[in-house]
Amino acid sequence: MVKKTEKGLYIKPIRSGTTIDHLPAGTALKVLKIVGKAENAITVAIRVPSRKLGVKDLVFVENKTLNEEQLAKIALIAPNATVNIIENNEVKQKIHLQTPKEVHGILECINPNCITNKENIPSKFYINEQGMAKCHYCERIMTREEYSVRIRV
Amino acid sequence: MLKGSGRKNFSFSLTDVVSISDFGRADIEAVLEKAAAMERMPREKKLKLLRGRAVASLFFEPSTRTRLSFETAIQNLGASVIGFADANVSSVKKGETLSDTIRVVSGYADIIIMRHYIEGAARLASEVSNKPIINAGDGANQHPTQTLLDLYTIKKAFGRIDGLTIGLLGDLKYGRTVHSLAQALSLFDNIKLAFIAPDELAMPQHIKERIAHKVSFEEHAELSSVLSELDVLYVTRIQKERFADPAEYERLKDRYVVDRKALQGAKETLKVMHPLPRVNELSYDVDSTKHALYFEQARNGVPVREALLVLLKDVRKW
Ligand SMILES: [Zn+2]
Repeated sequence: MVKKTEKGLYIKPIRSGTTIDHLPAGTALKVLKIVGKAENAITVAIRVPSRKLGVKDLVFVENKTLNEEQLAKIALIAPNATVNIIENNEVKQKIHLQTPKEVHGILECINPNCITNKENIPSKFYINEQGMAKCHYCERIMTREEYSVRIRV
Repeated sequence: MLKGSGRKNFSFSLTDVVSISDFGRADIEAVLEKAAAMERMPREKKLKLLRGRAVASLFFEPSTRTRLSFETAIQNLGASVIGFADANVSSVKKGETLSDTIRVVSGYADIIIMRHYIEGAARLASEVSNKPIINAGDGANQHPTQTLLDLYTIKKAFGRIDGLTIGLLGDLKYGRTVHSLAQALSLFDNIKLAFIAPDELAMPQHIKERIAHKVSFEEHAELSSVLSELDVLYVTRIQKERFADPAEYERLKDRYVVDRKALQGAKETLKVMHPLPRVNELSYDVDSTKHALYFEQARNGVPVREALLVLLKDVRKW
């Protein structure tokens, strides 16, 4: 992944940290929010050419690995993204993103009349194979597009 | 199997009645079987079933019909009722959280029936109460006892639910009653559903996806194109409050009027159902026909609710 990017020269490879590649165009800024807390250098590329996707976004975070919750959030937005952990200019680990089947306290319900938006209780959603999220409480169903902008960060 | 020998004693696996999505076929059959037993049982015997028990009836949103049906069931079983018919006159208005109200009431009551204007309220209540919760409607979300009484009504009228062709007519987009009913019917065998609605009020995609592999369905714009095949026609009201644009409501509200004339060409045995109250979509001239099943349907609310109370009376979740 790093090599390919080197050839393309859209984004400078990182020595160590995490690369998040093959993000659908338009999702980089959401991923950036999830990665958050910029004590680290972060490089973002938006709408760069991609053989796989036509155009894609990229986010490189230097000197940082992501925790489970951050990975789960990225999986919600971009289940087919490629996440690699880089050490000394090499891919040390490829992380397989998996859309969680159930998420707690991460998504906000789209339904303003949902009990989770009225009382202080953690939200709970079930994600099906098509990537639709169903609220455990009000049973409303959100598309990926709808819940991508409702991730608590 | 001979009629009448088909009692299988289905077991009821739920600790709360919150959503029809929680029900398996066996749970539904257990309720229908128990409701039939309630109807057969002598009054004096029924009065002993919940004697000495207290049932809470918490109507955070008023609904006279549903409340009377539940409270009749409670009294028929010899239990006492505590609660309120309108949250405006209760202490709930003073800002107590729902969780706290439910925790307190679960200390007094053996079963809690609740209706709330917030979606998901009943699910939350079921998580904080160690006594069973019966959802009598949570906003636009669920009203499972309506679905159960609908199924009971069909079963009683036809002796079965499997194999029937059932038309759902009216507001299929926003109507929670028809969503839940379609979902519940998909648990039965060889059901054919006909969704009869204008494009603007068509059955939502997510409901169709959920039932697609379990049941066959067709969509129709006109009742006449499917009427002759139907065993049941379930008519629903088009609700004004669902429309952002009043002009759209005016345009659609009388889109379907089910009257004697509209029912010409139906099977002799066709049954017309409606959750009531009705407006113009179901004409009074149908009332005296052999098709009308909706008053019977409303009456069936009582034995079905009695059945649920009996099935849940000894549940303690922790
Ligand atoms: Zn919700």
